[in-house]
Amino acid sequence: MSDMSLHETVAETEYEAQMGDYFALLKPRVMSLVVFTALVGLIVAPVGVHPFIGFVAILCIAVGAGASGALNMWWDADIDARMRRTAKRPIPDGRVKPGEALGIGMALSGFSIVLLALATNFVAAGLLAFTIFFYAVVYSMWLKRATPQNIVIGGAAGSFPPMIGWAVATGGVGIESILMFALIFMWTPPHFWALALFVKTDYGDAGVPMLTETHGRRSTRNHVLAYCLPLVAVAIGLGFTSIGGWVYLTVAVFFNAWFLKGCYDIWHRDEAQAEADKYKVEIQTFKVSLYYLFAHFGALLIEAALRSGGL
Amino acid sequence: MALRVEHELHNRRRGRNTGVGLLLIGFLAIVFGLTITKVLQLGDARKFETFDHVARPQIIPQDEVETGGTN
Repeated sequence: MSDMSLHETVAETEYEAQMGDYFALLKPRVMSLVVFTALVGLIVAPVGVHPFIGFVAILCIAVGAGASGALNMWWDADIDARMRRTAKRPIPDGRVKPGEALGIGMALSGFSIVLLALATNFVAAGLLAFTIFFYAVVYSMWLKRATPQNIVIGGAAGSFPPMIGWAVATGGVGIESILMFALIFMWTPPHFWALALFVKTDYGDAGVPMLTETHGRRSTRNHVLAYCLPLVAVAIGLGFTSIGGWVYLTVAVFFNAWFLKGCYDIWHRDEAQAEADKYKVEIQTFKVSLYYLFAHFGALLIEAALRSGGL
Repeated sequence: MALRVEHELHNRRRGRNTGVGLLLIGFLAIVFGLTITKVLQLGDARKFETFDHVARPQIIPQDEVETGGTN
């Protein structure tokens, strides 16, 4: 084959994925939240970890989360293609082939789990493996298209990282790590449903049942408040464990009062009122929910810093 | 026709190849760093040296040699 004919053959081939396209499969924005919460779980644990091992552990957790994102994109490519928000993702956009995404997802899953087991312990690696399985199989394959409670169940996968971080340091599970898990788990539904109330989504067109469409907006408002109440209990309760303290409790009381007021207002009003002020309360409550999680985990970090400083 | 060593394909895949190269170097650094960290955490190197239960006179402390060993 001459150089010219080779050139022509290659030129006729379709777009070739670049590193950026593969990286986009890993859902980098989700990864950043995973890294932050896992890091907090690791730092607040009562047992110290060598900085390099801690770095590798966080890297493994981030890569594991990215792998589950790639598997999710592989499985949900048909849904993603039908929704505006996700239509430009690498697979529906034609930049990455489905088989490539599956391969990357499986390879990175194996890599992150094995390396975490070798670098730290089997409890942390087992939790990471379960998280990937839960997100890719239980949520994406089994429940996402089957129930409007999908966001509640899917939220569990996003709740595991601080628990894994804790297990990296301690080699086990404690009441503190369970409550950190519960904090994210109970936070996800009101956070997401507050968003769903003021953003017009096309999940329904893609065949994904969403609470606002299957049970109506009144029911969604009820659900926001129903999940917020146990969330407050979990958030305050965490302050009385070994990783809590006055700084955390002060932050928790302030943000829980603020968020609870927003959820109550969402529950208390109807669609006519919401449309009249262009969903002002829903938008405000969603914004508060963003600060809420960051503030709680940030306060836990401050408590850990105070403890290490002997205060 | 002169054969071009640098093909268009090479340019097109440069980003990918560089990325894979950097990932492999990163992996190497992680494995190397983990090895050093884990071995240093052992504290006493004999714990590592005696993993196969084979006697190595060169790692027996001098005081034990002088007193006839520990057994």
